[in-house]
Amino acid sequence: MSLITYRQALHDTLRAEMLRDENVFLMGEEIGVFEGSYKITAGLLAEFGEKRVRDTPIAEEGFAGAAIGAAMLGLRPVVEMMTINFSMLALDQIVNHAAKIYGMFGGQARVPMVIRTPGGGGQQLGATHSQNIELYYSFVPGMKVVAPSTPADAKALLLAAIRDDDPVLFLENLALYNTKGEVPDDDTPAEIGRAAITRSGTDLTLIGYSRMANVASGVAAELADSDGLDIEVVDLRSLRPLDRDTIISSVRKTHAAVVLEDDWLTYGIGAEVAASISDGAFDDLDAPVRRVAMAEVPMPYAKPLETAALPSKDDVVGAIRQTLAAVGRRTAGV
Amino acid sequence: MIEIKMPRLSDTMTEGAISTWRKRPGDTITLGEPLVEIETDKAVMEYEAYQAGTLAQILVPEGQTAGIGAPIALIDDGTGTPAPAASASASSAPSAQPAASAPPADKSDKTDISSERIEAPAPPPASSPVAAAPQAGTPAPRRPASPLVRKLAREHHLDLSGVTGSGPGGRIIRADIAPLLADAPAPPPPSGPPPPGPESALGQPLAGPNAHLARSGDDPRAPRAVPVGQVRRVIARRMAESAREIPVFYVTAVADAEELMALRAQLNEKLTAAGRAKVSVNDMLVRACALALREHPDVNVSYGGDDSDSMLVHDRVNIGVAVAAESGLIVPVINDADTKTVSRIGEEARHLVTLANERKLTPAQTSGGTFTISNLGMYGVEEFTAIINPPEAAILAVGATAREPTVAGDEIVPRYRMRYTLSSDHRVIDGALAARFLQTLTALIESPWMILA
Repeated sequence: MSLITYRQALHDTLRAEMLRDENVFLMGEEIGVFEGSYKITAGLLAEFGEKRVRDTPIAEEGFAGAAIGAAMLGLRPVVEMMTINFSMLALDQIVNHAAKIYGMFGGQARVPMVIRTPGGGGQQLGATHSQNIELYYSFVPGMKVVAPSTPADAKALLLAAIRDDDPVLFLENLALYNTKGEVPDDDTPAEIGRAAITRSGTDLTLIGYSRMANVASGVAAELADSDGLDIEVVDLRSLRPLDRDTIISSVRKTHAAVVLEDDWLTYGIGAEVAASISDGAFDDLDAPVRRVAMAEVPMPYAKPLETAALPSKDDVVGAIRQTLAAVGRRTAGV
Repeated sequence: MIEIKMPRLSDTMTEGAISTWRKRPGDTITLGEPLVEIETDKAVMEYEAYQAGTLAQILVPEGQTAGIGAPIALIDDGTGTPAPAASASASSAPSAQPAASAPPADKSDKTDISSERIEAPAPPPASSPVAAAPQAGTPAPRRPASPLVRKLAREHHLDLSGVTGSGPGGRIIRADIAPLLADAPAPPPPSGPPPPGPESALGQPLAGPNAHLARSGDDPRAPRAVPVGQVRRVIARRMAESAREIPVFYVTAVADAEELMALRAQLNEKLTAAGRAKVSVNDMLVRACALALREHPDVNVSYGGDDSDSMLVHDRVNIGVAVAAESGLIVPVINDADTKTVSRIGEEARHLVTLANERKLTPAQTSGGTFTISNLGMYGVEEFTAIINPPEAAILAVGATAREPTVAGDEIVPRYRMRYTLSSDHRVIDGALAARFLQTLTALIESPWMILA
């Protein structure tokens, strides 16, 4: 066990996997000489050389396609998209090739590639560089999408993603890179498709992933102190496959749910989670499922507007209080 | 947009079932055209359009029921104004959610965009209008309850009708039924043999109204669930109400019906010769009761209920005749029976029985009774007791007219005899009054030309 940052966990895991399996190699813009825009790959070019740490041109579609080809022939490419916003340039390669090759060609080839990429707003990067469009990939059969919220999960899920034989979109978050947490020393991979109950409780199920799972844990802890509330937190960890069983069994216990997401509400992942709850736990709901999401606008650049647009801790607290009020728990502030 | 609401088609009706929609959405509706057939507790009735326009939407599909006043359809009258509130719960909840239809608050683009918007200043839940238990004759609004509450109510056979909903918009939430749950028996285990005991012959307690309709696979009686129609449900409700509420007592008398039978035979001979319809013993009894009631107006009454400070003494004598129609018991009423000839009463009775079997009785024909006669004589029943048909105060149960050995002087002679039992509401009728009423009735039957007078 060691206390390290999310960034460090990613770096250490990449390095460990490269040491473990010589078929693992890295591709991406400025990951080598510049050591990565967010320094996840710091030192790896020096250690492993140009063959396994490849700087690419600014051509996402091209290097995504190259990685798919390499994966089909047995290598295990880990591609870094500088941010998830740029992955849209490779959307055709990812959605139409990586996700479909295995099924479309009768299983003749697998595509064991990982696309590591950070999403997230709040860094004043403007409307086109602040998105969390993991939804685009979570929508597509053939893809796997994981979204760790802690350093420990960053390690365990990256291990799982690299060792998985299907294309995995590995969602990081700019706001999480510097967060710290205990990380186990062993290299046991997580199970893709399994959510985690990061806090057990009986009053309400709070569901989030990536940054919002962190927000959820923080809010649950605060409300336990301030109001004595007993909130259960579900960290989805995997968006595709989605662990509906864990979500449903939690709501069956608590009878109320609030779903958090960093992106827009309409047609969002929160909608899918809410629908899953309705399917699996309708008879156990004592109040409608409430969602908290970002404002339905392109992300503003101005700091106050950006802050206002992002879902805040207060928004989450408000949604929890309203949901609890709807089930007869009057809490402070309602 | 005009809201068509479930009309009140009979005075005992609290809800109606849509039998047939005569119009489809998009159809043009002209004034007075049949719009829908509604099954009430008494009959299937046609409901005509009072507004012209286009049928925009059917809110209650065929086969489903709605309380009086609940919207059942929307008619577009071309004004383009939206319906006041097209939801099923709109019926009588007086503006419970002023905020519910308000434009979204300014922060609505962000967060908290839940499936409902009740967080704006809602009324204090405790004073929710939904709390009042629906009374007979008042609309029964849909009572929102959370899915969890509905499940628990099913499992524990809870009656939610008296529960005050404290959730948003008056929704019943789990917290509201906690006291009920504490008292309720535990739900049956999901599997396994039913526990022994008469109360659980069906594998679960017979607490809920439909408990006996539930599982039957492991029931030694091999039952099958048969849907109970609207008529039967009303009979069940009203008879139970009568038996529960009314302190009833019974007085039985017997009349010598020799003269009555002879008079009837003579009458019918002449009537047949004249090409007119015959009269029945029952027709004569209706008239006899009407005359006896005229003589004893204190029997022709209704009592309002517990601790009521007055009762109603009815000026008209309207005799209900219990009819075993195919759909179940129904009681059409012969109004002013004291002023009608026996022939006229017979004519009306035959007409009403025909209508009853065709389920075409109008509410007017089944309401307003002040006394009921139930005659099982045609089945050879010697005597029986009947349950009072509220809000009436008495009912006469009539047995068969049959020849019996009687004592005349020192001899045993066969005579026609008729037994009848008066069930009386003891809250307003005392034993002596009931006895005097029967005395008058017996005298009329034994001097039957007085019935014709």
